[in-house]
Amino acid sequence: MKILLITEQREGKWNKVSFETLAAAQQIVQQTKGTLAGVVIGKGVAALADELAGSQLDEVLLVERDLLEKYTPDGFSLALRQVIEAVKPDLVLLPHTYQVRDFAPKLAASVGRGMIGDCIAYRYENGKLIFVRQMFQGRTAADVVFTGDAPWVASFQAGAFRADLAAKHAGGKAPVKSVNVNLAAEQIRTKPLELFREAKQAVDLTQAPILISVGRGIKAPENIPLAEKLAKLMGGEICASRPICDEGWLPMDRQIGSSGQTVAPKLYFALGISGAIQHVVGMKGSRTIAAINKDQNAPIFEVADYGVVGDLFEIVPAMIEELEKTKAG
Amino acid sequence: MKIGVCVKQVPAKDAPLAIIEGSAWIRESDIGFETNEPDGFALEEALRLKEKHQGEVVAISMGPERAKQTIKEALAKGADRGIHIADDQFYKLDPLGSARSIAAAIKNENFDLILTGLQSDDQGFGQTGVLLAELLGRPHATIIMQIEVTDGRMKLKRELEAGWFQWVELPLPAVLSIQSGINKPRYATLKGIMAAKKKEIVTVPRASLGVPDAPTQHVERIYVPQKTKKTEFITGQPKEIAAKLIEKLRHEARVL
Repeated sequence: MKILLITEQREGKWNKVSFETLAAAQQIVQQTKGTLAGVVIGKGVAALADELAGSQLDEVLLVERDLLEKYTPDGFSLALRQVIEAVKPDLVLLPHTYQVRDFAPKLAASVGRGMIGDCIAYRYENGKLIFVRQMFQGRTAADVVFTGDAPWVASFQAGAFRADLAAKHAGGKAPVKSVNVNLAAEQIRTKPLELFREAKQAVDLTQAPILISVGRGIKAPENIPLAEKLAKLMGGEICASRPICDEGWLPMDRQIGSSGQTVAPKLYFALGISGAIQHVVGMKGSRTIAAINKDQNAPIFEVADYGVVGDLFEIVPAMIEELEKTKAG
Repeated sequence: MKIGVCVKQVPAKDAPLAIIEGSAWIRESDIGFETNEPDGFALEEALRLKEKHQGEVVAISMGPERAKQTIKEALAKGADRGIHIADDQFYKLDPLGSARSIAAAIKNENFDLILTGLQSDDQGFGQTGVLLAELLGRPHATIIMQIEVTDGRMKLKRELEAGWFQWVELPLPAVLSIQSGINKPRYATLKGIMAAKKKEIVTVPRASLGVPDAPTQHVERIYVPQKTKKTEFITGQPKEIAAKLIEKLRHEARVL
């Protein structure tokens, strides 16, 4: 199978999920005895193309234009469509990033194809590639196959594969080839302006050894101090899933997940968090995960080492009491 | 400003999901349905834009007869009329098939702006907005946290990953996918609910749209995912659970 991997960079810095998808692509190439080309797209990114060439792939395609310096869905789709038409891959793989979800469906549709997005795994069975993605917020998984003609477009979720398993190039380096694409300024309808961060990150959650995280199950802002008290007794920081920060019950910089911070503490204690994929990608690397949830089928229990099916408003106060008792003792 | 907003009806958040054996869908007969939460933010944004710039908000939903309820709720909150694309088996559509159907149903509406939510809480493809833009030949932007409209152009705040944002400008007409949390969706008022009864919902059978049945992908089956970790469940009275859990975290996991 001929695979085209589209990597992602911003301002000359890799989006590291690219290398997770590279690991997936290498694995599929091995199983299907295929070939792999990696695309680096942007402006002034030759050094990144050279770095990618050190990985196990057959060639690196460098797509550079002034008009591709800043990401736009029009610019990237038009340029990558020409790369797909030139390379004629069977499968186009992308990391499932915010940028990819912004242009990849359009890119696929522009060549009359569909995209299977946000995959967490794949299986290669009897010559058929089956992609696994989550549905119902992670409560079910789905096996999805392409039905039409190639090229097929698929993206893999962050954390689905391990970047450190991506193989280095066996014989030194893969060749880097520049690809010319036609692109005119008037074809790009979006005008990208400045990038910025909202607030200074007051607290660096990535450095906290223990995180107590609250989700919808905390029910009301008045209940946040309960979790804060537990965090204090355990020597940890408090954080939350997205809905809690959307509600303003905790500041945005305490959000864990795909749109917040990615953490891997010693202990991650999830209180009333169902475990939607957007949250789990931000914490599943934690050493120990404990969770309290009233729903025994909550997907958070799929990643938890210790689970309690029950009412957090009964169990957390009991834990606080226990911790205070042992502390005093 | 003429605004179309896509609203999907999905199984209620706490609905027990019973997978139909050997199929790719769930048993719908015993569960409740609700408006897809991310779409509620798109609807609210549409209503606020209308309040600011005048015009019309049209709620568009595809699905079986029950999907009309989601349109009615949008009308009760202030949308002006509804378009129901009727298809009992719409869950079988792939993202491109869904988008082609919606695009075909609304192509003569000539909306200035089409809004969608970020993704649906059931299938979660998250592609409808981007695909609608491509099919209708409009520019788009996704994961939008703020919209400012001036003289036929929009200035938009896009959310990027890891706490980053970006301002982008787009001309109208366009398609936007709204990030959840952009606003606080309103509740329908009694007056709104009464007024909604007089508002028009046009039903368009999906089969009448002439969209070719050419799926690009097929969901073979859905299933409860296998656990990647073995979870040790701790049971008992709250006091026992608390003591056992702290003991485990201290002496077994050694993280406390």
